[in-house]
Amino acid sequence: MQEAMTKDKKMKTSKAVRPWYQDMTKEKVQRFLFGSKEKEGFIKMFVIYALLICIGFIYIYPIMYMISKSFMSLDDLLDSSISWIPSSINLSNYVQAANSMDFWKSLMQSILIAGIPTLCNVVSCSLIGYGLARFEFPFKKLVLAIIIFTFVLPSQITMIPTYVMYSNMGILGTLWSFILPSLLGMGINAPIFILIFYQFFKQVPKVLIEAAQIDGAGYFKSFLRISLPSAAPALITVTLFSFVWYWNESYLTEMYVHGVLTSSGWTTLVIQLDQFAANYSSYATTATNAATSLNESISMAGTMLSILPLLLMYFVLQRYFVESIDRTGITGE
Amino acid sequence: METSISRKRLTKEEKAKLKKIKPGRLAKREAVTGVIFILPWIIGALVFLAYPLITSFWYALNNIRITPIGKVFTFVGHGNFTEILLADADFPTQLIEYLASTILSVPVIVVFALIIAMMLNEKIKARGFFRMIFFIPVIIVSGPILGMLTEQGAGSITAIDTQAITSAISSFLPGPVAEPISELFENMIMILWYSGVQILIFLSGLQKIDRSMYEAAQIDGGSGWECFWKITLPTIKPLILLNCIYTIVFISNNDQNEIIELIKASMFSGIQEKGYGYASAMAWLYSIVVLLLVGLFALLFTARKDVYERQVKKAKKQMKKEEREARKIERRSIRNAKKIEKRRKSGRYKSYAGSDD
Repeated sequence: MQEAMTKDKKMKTSKAVRPWYQDMTKEKVQRFLFGSKEKEGFIKMFVIYALLICIGFIYIYPIMYMISKSFMSLDDLLDSSISWIPSSINLSNYVQAANSMDFWKSLMQSILIAGIPTLCNVVSCSLIGYGLARFEFPFKKLVLAIIIFTFVLPSQITMIPTYVMYSNMGILGTLWSFILPSLLGMGINAPIFILIFYQFFKQVPKVLIEAAQIDGAGYFKSFLRISLPSAAPALITVTLFSFVWYWNESYLTEMYVHGVLTSSGWTTLVIQLDQFAANYSSYATTATNAATSLNESISMAGTMLSILPLLLMYFVLQRYFVESIDRTGITGE
Repeated sequence: METSISRKRLTKEEKAKLKKIKPGRLAKREAVTGVIFILPWIIGALVFLAYPLITSFWYALNNIRITPIGKVFTFVGHGNFTEILLADADFPTQLIEYLASTILSVPVIVVFALIIAMMLNEKIKARGFFRMIFFIPVIIVSGPILGMLTEQGAGSITAIDTQAITSAISSFLPGPVAEPISELFENMIMILWYSGVQILIFLSGLQKIDRSMYEAAQIDGGSGWECFWKITLPTIKPLILLNCIYTIVFISNNDQNEIIELIKASMFSGIQEKGYGYASAMAWLYSIVVLLLVGLFALLFTARKDVYERQVKKAKKQMKKEEREARKIERRSIRNAKKIEKRRKSGRYKSYAGSDD
């Protein structure tokens, strides 16, 4: 009934040559504001957009603050009339911060420290997820329960004996202390990745694998040739998230790779940022050119430098990040 | 009997053939392959989970000093635990603070994530752009960066007068309750920043809800409000639990958390009473608290079942009870029949169908 009416109205408006305000009946205004069956109301949409924009602003406020502050010179910082836009683009903050952080070396090591365990994570977690999803064996439920338990368990409880174990094995302060657990499915947040793969491989039809096996493929070959290619979204998700989480991990990196009391030579941008004040003061005293003392702008420039690589990666691969959780179906449990 | 005879008649070849097609053999082979696939995990669980768990418990019961000869263990029993709980200056207060702030901020984060996810799920323009913004924190959130940002005052918005809110709260609430709440307001951005992954999880859950359910509800006269409570919320209930657990784990392992820094500091402190043993005991206490917290939220969101499920369960129980009753009656009647038969045989009753009883 109502649909017919709206159709009628539409026909009328298309024919009409009357001025627009004569069409503004009370019903029409009401429909415009509160919505009808086909269209959302104006008020609702307005509220949603307003909220989204406000909250979005709050979300990126720290980043905007950081960018704005990092370009300010000392005079701008002290000038109370300047709050957001610096009077001139000042790159010396970045130069000084990069020098004190030893930017290029830290960047390379960050990429290594995040990248290699990520590859190990992908290999081991895909194997384990496939084993859990495809095969039936006794105590499978128990294995899944332990995997979830390891996710919830704080890493601090196993940290101290693991530290002692690594130091006995002589791999403390080397990359092996990250590679070894990630190869054995115990890397950072590995339970999540195992569950992602588990979910994904369960969706691969069993018939497909059976057909491959009738054609003569072994268990491993059918995994490599059939299941793995169809799990491309899961692979991308795990790679991206593992990389980001390893990159951002500072507690365990400092513990196992960088060294707490004495530095092993391995370092990451995030750890450099953690020790920024100390690093900067030692840099400022040894630097040949006159370095200014640590101020807000330089700290913000350092922070910006340490997230810049990830931010760039995010803007390039943004689609995969955002769509990842949709497609992997981690929530489908 | 029969099988043993037939087996004797079989030749060797036939036997081998029989062995090959024995039922369950394929299943067994599959099971073995499955175990081989998860073998890395089994080794990892033994080396990086079981062994450290047991060892760290042993450490927690000892006082460990590192000397040039090696580690010197002195058994102190529960000494470390009592020392931490009764004499430590920081740990108990930090633990209580952590508990209070987590219990407060988890619902805030989850509700906030749900609201944003629902807004993003509407038919809006520039959806991809908004999604991108709300997902940025996932990339950036790490201890040192958050620490730097809060230190420089980017953690709270200057436009919102948090001071007024805090003073208003503390005026009508007692100190220990008001403190975490006002802290929540002061670090609002950081709390909102924790909800990146949660938003995505909710969003993908919301997109999987069948639209026809809403249409059916609308035809029956349900408003948007009712649809939310009766359709959306029950459907994404498991995701709420998932997000709660994720948030707790995230907060617990974040560098901003002062307890884990405390554990690290006492692990490497040169003081004789501290060291590995003391730090292990701290880690155990902390882990137990985290696990209890997760358990609490899990109980909160799984204990109450659906009305429908509850009724089905009730009906099933009733049916079982009736069945049991029926069987009981049947058994009794059989027993009685036997008794009567016996008596009849012994000659007491000449005929049961007699009219005298």
